[in-house]
Amino acid sequence: MTLLAPSKPGQLPSPPRAARSGRHRLLPYLLLLPGAVWLLVFFGVPLLQLAAASLYDPSGSLSTGYAMTWAFGNYPDVVQAYWPQLLRSFGYAGLALVLALLLGYPLAYAIAQKAGRWKNLLLVCVVAPMFTSFLVRTLAWKTILSDNGALVGLLRDVHLLAPDGRLLATPFAVVLGLTYNFLPFLVLPLYASLERLDPRLLEAASDLYASGVQAFRRVTLPLSMPGLVAGTLLFFIPASGDYINAELLGTPNEYMIGNVIDSAFLVRLDYPQGAALSFLLMAAILAVVFGYLRRAGTEEVL
Amino acid sequence: MRTPLRPLSRRGLLTGTLGSAALLAAGGSLAGCGTKGAQQTEAGCVSEDLSGTEKKLAFSNWPQYMDVDEKDESKRPSLDEFITKTGIQVTYTEDINDNNEFFGKVQNQLAACQSTDRDIIVLTDWMAARMIRLGWIQKLDAAKIPNVQANLLPSLLNRSFDTENRISIPWQSGLAGLAFNGSVTKELRTVDELLTRPDLKGKVTALSEMRDTMGLLLGSNGHDPSNFTAAQFDDALNKLKKAVDSGQIRKFTGNDYAPDLAKGDIAACIGWSGDVIQLSSENEKVQFVAPDSGAMLYSDNMMVPNKATHKGNAEALINYYYEPAVAAKLAAYVNYICPVKGAQAEMEKIDPDLAANPLIFPDDALLAKSKVFMALDEKQEKEYEGKFQQVIGA
Repeated sequence: MTLLAPSKPGQLPSPPRAARSGRHRLLPYLLLLPGAVWLLVFFGVPLLQLAAASLYDPSGSLSTGYAMTWAFGNYPDVVQAYWPQLLRSFGYAGLALVLALLLGYPLAYAIAQKAGRWKNLLLVCVVAPMFTSFLVRTLAWKTILSDNGALVGLLRDVHLLAPDGRLLATPFAVVLGLTYNFLPFLVLPLYASLERLDPRLLEAASDLYASGVQAFRRVTLPLSMPGLVAGTLLFFIPASGDYINAELLGTPNEYMIGNVIDSAFLVRLDYPQGAALSFLLMAAILAVVFGYLRRAGTEEVL
Repeated sequence: MRTPLRPLSRRGLLTGTLGSAALLAAGGSLAGCGTKGAQQTEAGCVSEDLSGTEKKLAFSNWPQYMDVDEKDESKRPSLDEFITKTGIQVTYTEDINDNNEFFGKVQNQLAACQSTDRDIIVLTDWMAARMIRLGWIQKLDAAKIPNVQANLLPSLLNRSFDTENRISIPWQSGLAGLAFNGSVTKELRTVDELLTRPDLKGKVTALSEMRDTMGLLLGSNGHDPSNFTAAQFDDALNKLKKAVDSGQIRKFTGNDYAPDLAKGDIAACIGWSGDVIQLSSENEKVQFVAPDSGAMLYSDNMMVPNKATHKGNAEALINYYYEPAVAAKLAAYVNYICPVKGAQAEMEKIDPDLAANPLIFPDDALLAKSKVFMALDEKQEKEYEGKFQQVIGA
């Protein structure tokens, strides 16, 4: 690697190649080092530990300790016991995602293309709720949806809700909470890609006799795809693992897989089960994500 | 690239090598995993007591569990008096919000026989029992806490997890029973009514604390919560499951049922006496009911964890809070059942109304029908808790 073509006449003499390229080759790795160490210590090692815990002997206990027995049986066991919660998690997260797309796409489009000088203010409005804690925002929904609150009273008066009907502690409330809480994660990446959309392309489309729907389908949507894919992932992944919304706005019948994992680690002290469920959730999400990316065909995101 | 063998790209080689190395390392380290038991013994984990030289004490407790000055909430009169009297500087922290969460916070240190930097922690009976079982708690010197021996309520003496009354000393006690909001429903007397009355459907909560909810249900079936069989437990659990499946029970809660009960989102629930008294003082239609089939008596207990270095100072504080006059002062503020005999007489001087309140100073009739949940061993605990969690949905 030391010999390369001699420098052409007229060029400045370059410093010895070997030294320079050697340093150049190392530099990116040196720059990566802090991040890699961080990832290793705070992600790699815990992940391994979790993987190990999911294979511990299920008959172990806190006081006697857990032995490593490669107990792959933990996985079928937890699926059998908790498949409803697992399915429910993806169902609720998927439903919330659809709602969030219906709300978020027009919103992001309006901010990016139509807001003019209000753009920054509107963006702040999207982000502003994040300044208060996630918990506080969810608790606020509890008050809004309260059985004796104004909203439920109104819905009862206009007969959209039975006289003893309720919103709180129903699947509706949980999906609503998920939609609300993760909406900004969808809107922001969408906004970023819609903002770069050149309006002249839309003009061109209409010059070529595309209808509004056609222009959206053939121009706007494909160009916003990277943002859409990133946004849906940023929305779907935390939403399917969430347990706060189900805990505060739902009932046991709405509990999601996060609630089960929480109770396995903190209440039942069943570490193998908790770890197996965590891993299963991760694997399921990865599968969904890869399947989705393959279909959506946007490699830029990963 | 000195070797001529090169259809393999450098990138491919690198990825392959790194990948297989990572897999090998992962597999190898997985095999080496496993955890040691968390069990400690008195001989294996010896704690030093520096109380003679260090006049300090770190006290961890639940929020709103200590009297504060009406005008200045940062002042705690009973604690301040202790500090002036003894010269022991107490660092008082309200960092216990949930038994399970707190357990998670300290379990690694205690399992490895390391200090938690706390000299006194306050935990509920069943968690106290678990920690004692794990050998994580120091025994106190009975001679240094004479007030406890003299003044502890008889019904709290010699509990199964602390037969000598020198490992876990009740800070406050309380009852788990029924509560209802009179402005949205009519009076409620029994557990069965709570679980079946049609007008309460979807407006009922129960506690996610297994011992309280299951204790009340066991009682309502005519079984004794302090001594029951696995079959009786299953019976009671089936009863609970029916109520969950039918939609009668809306959810299972910790302390968070209180605001919902006050608002009327919940008409009736299984709840704790201390919370409900506080709600009653704002709205007298919210009432606590100890069902005739028995209420559950629980305590939050002061304990000195292993490696805490101020056991002597802790004993001084525990002894101090078992003086009836001090206990009355505390009870007047926190509204839980006062575990100290003689405090009722002292309370007459502070507030005669409170002294007459059976939920702070229960009479013998109430105490007689209040039970402490049976102590469970580790296997039972895991089994029962697992079954219960399955029914409550997590």
